[in-house]
Amino acid sequence: MLIKKASDIRSSEITPKSVYLRRREFIQASAAALVGAGMAACADNVAAQGGGLAKLPNVKKSPLSTTEAPSLYEHITSYNNFYEFAPGAGDGPKQNSKGFKSRPWKVKIDGEVAKPGEYEIDDLIKQNALEERIYRFRCVEAWSFVIPWVGIPFADIINKVQPTSKAQFVEFTTAVDTGKFPMQRTDLLEWPYVEGLRLDEAKHPLTLLAVGLYGEVLPAQNGAPLRMVIPWKYGFKGAKSLARIRFVEKQPLNTWQKMARNEYGFYANVNPMVDHPRWTQARERRLPSFVANRATQMFNGYADQVQSLYAGMDLRKNF
Amino acid sequence: MKLTVAKILVFAAACLPAAALAYKFYRFYHGDFNALTANPGDYITDQTGTWTLAFITIALSVTPLRRLTGWNQAIKFRRMLGLFAFFYVTLHLLTWIVFVHDFEVRFMIEDVYKRPFITVGMAAFLILLSLALTSNRFAIRKMGRKWQRLHRLVYVAGILGVIHFWWLVKADITLPRRWAVAVGLLLGFRLWWRFRSKRPVLAGT
Repeated sequence: MLIKKASDIRSSEITPKSVYLRRREFIQASAAALVGAGMAACADNVAAQGGGLAKLPNVKKSPLSTTEAPSLYEHITSYNNFYEFAPGAGDGPKQNSKGFKSRPWKVKIDGEVAKPGEYEIDDLIKQNALEERIYRFRCVEAWSFVIPWVGIPFADIINKVQPTSKAQFVEFTTAVDTGKFPMQRTDLLEWPYVEGLRLDEAKHPLTLLAVGLYGEVLPAQNGAPLRMVIPWKYGFKGAKSLARIRFVEKQPLNTWQKMARNEYGFYANVNPMVDHPRWTQARERRLPSFVANRATQMFNGYADQVQSLYAGMDLRKNF
Repeated sequence: MKLTVAKILVFAAACLPAAALAYKFYRFYHGDFNALTANPGDYITDQTGTWTLAFITIALSVTPLRRLTGWNQAIKFRRMLGLFAFFYVTLHLLTWIVFVHDFEVRFMIEDVYKRPFITVGMAAFLILLSLALTSNRFAIRKMGRKWQRLHRLVYVAGILGVIHFWWLVKADITLPRRWAVAVGLLLGFRLWWRFRSKRPVLAGT
């Protein structure tokens, strides 16, 4: 005899109305759980993160580090904007930089300084104290990471080269080598990539000349062997694979400003109140989160340390 | 009978991109973080947008294909292909609602109002929505000649879709340019065909 069921849906499967009404929170919680599940799956590797590259010796911890949990090495090194290797973030830069050799490598530090010089990267590392700086990293494309950089406080470099009274700005130039950087054979951007800082920004204790990541030397896609990190500014301000650091009198014209003056300025300070013309900067995705639900902080959360640099400036005009 | 089988096969093939995304999501959920890249929200938005353009393009190919090959059965697939474009654009819109704006209506309104690439994208969505809603036999019968005029808006949707993509890239226009060429050729074919068929036949020369 056929026994009819009352319903195909068991009452336990019906979403309680209270949950249904709070569906937004529910979805957010699910997303969080999702990320949590992934994190747990990766927990085995967390203790031993890195890419098997050369370890950097004598790295001091820094009180300037955030206490936020660092993003996974795997993510930091597989989602990069590095146009010399590939257009757009994604794993293009990682794939296209596989044969990249970051040694030997020379960087020239010159311009309006008393002691110009050219340094072999490993000498520069040996001659300076290395610190680990765990910084928030906010891309202009509204995604963010927390990154444990290893680097030399840039103020230490400035003290050594002794800028003259003429030096008002610092210009950073990425190396040009079509053998190493395949996209430099195209006209995707104007090469070389150029960035710049005001001298007082460059001197700021947070400004870092990064040479490492997770205690190891930098992988190619993150700007090997040395790059700038300015944590209160959008990521593109941190020029990668530097060939030259030049102290200059006039404000350098940075590459993205040259490409699209209405979209990218010289300062590029993280600012939730000033939108990019094509997207909001009020919120960000802390990768690998799906959702841009994290409120972006003024100066990327470093306002207390850096806002005095911009006292009296109209940050809407000087974006 | 053969047509039914062919339709089922086309349907299954058109589901593959969505199935691939679902499978990658499943892998992500089980700890394979690279399945959807480190920026999964962006990746899914990108993929669903690309497949929307793909299905608009495929649906736009039906008429040129018929004209060039005389294979008139192709028309039997057109509605399904168009509806798949609508399916992918709906997913694409959902990623914008959920991943980009976290359900905040005021942010969405601001986005449509302030950002031209979103404005044209939304216009294209509304076109595809109206075409999907009138894709049933009842609407076709009821609307008569107006139906065809309305459904010509798919040309506009294709153009807006390409503009939407073009305006959102930062520097590398390779991909939007490819779609522009594809849509341009398919629309250009129609113009050419119309021009050709209107030309008087010069008999006896």
